[in-house]
Amino acid sequence: MWIYEKKLQHPVMVSKPDIAFAKLVVTQYGGPDGELSASLRYLNQRYSMPTGQAKALLTDIGTEELAHVEMIAAMVYKLVEGASPKDYEDAGWGGQYAQHNHGLFWTDANGVPWSAKYIACLGDPITDLTEDMAAEQKARSTYEHLIHLTDDPCIKDTLRFLWQREVVHFQRFGEMLNTVQEHMSKNNMWCGCEMKE
Amino acid sequence: MNCEQQMSMLIKVQEMEFVALELNLYLDTHPCDKDALNDFNCAAQMLKKHMQAYENEYGPLLNFGMGGYARETWQWVEEPWPWEL
Repeated sequence: MWIYEKKLQHPVMVSKPDIAFAKLVVTQYGGPDGELSASLRYLNQRYSMPTGQAKALLTDIGTEELAHVEMIAAMVYKLVEGASPKDYEDAGWGGQYAQHNHGLFWTDANGVPWSAKYIACLGDPITDLTEDMAAEQKARSTYEHLIHLTDDPCIKDTLRFLWQREVVHFQRFGEMLNTVQEHMSKNNMWCGCEMKE
Repeated sequence: MNCEQQMSMLIKVQEMEFVALELNLYLDTHPCDKDALNDFNCAAQMLKKHMQAYENEYGPLLNFGMGGYARETWQWVEEPWPWEL
């Protein structure tokens, strides 16, 4: 069960519409290292986690990532607000207008649609938590690239907040990896789940 | 609509919920940290207060009955939605 909160996690402001930047930042909406990938990855992996702590952490970070999906969507929405078809064409995003008008869609910065191939679930808590740590670093790098690609101080502020969340999540996943490793070696259980006799 | 006042009341909710969220994630990996448990309870109490103050002015923050009782009209449908504010 999930409950919607009618607010963003953190304010999303843009100084002015900027379709060219919307085309780039959309990768954090529907790209390989974007927020949708992150949320679905964690919420899906929690079922094969061995401890209550690990199930809680994946549920909580997976839920926070959904709030980040919404923040990126709000940013794209504001960046293209009031844009004409010609504005889209001039910014090199005419294809977006042709297929979606002002609607949002899950693609990366090159227009490649989102794919479940971006995420993994091996059902092995060590493998999956290690993937989660790598995913947080990939998202951190992407936010750094995006921060370098804009001069808008409002956008930079929001992207820095999201950048910082990747760092915190990486830290928490690292702590959980240690805890889970300890738990599994204590129980002499390396398969990730209790096997039936 | 007084957008400035709405924004400032909303910021208070966002700030305190962020404190609670951060402590929540920390407690997921440090469930026995007494200081963090106390801090979490303080944040949760403050968050409830700020959410109630906001909801009294601008309608429910939560859907499905979690945001309190309905008034004469169904305020949930009122704009602006979060990405429009």
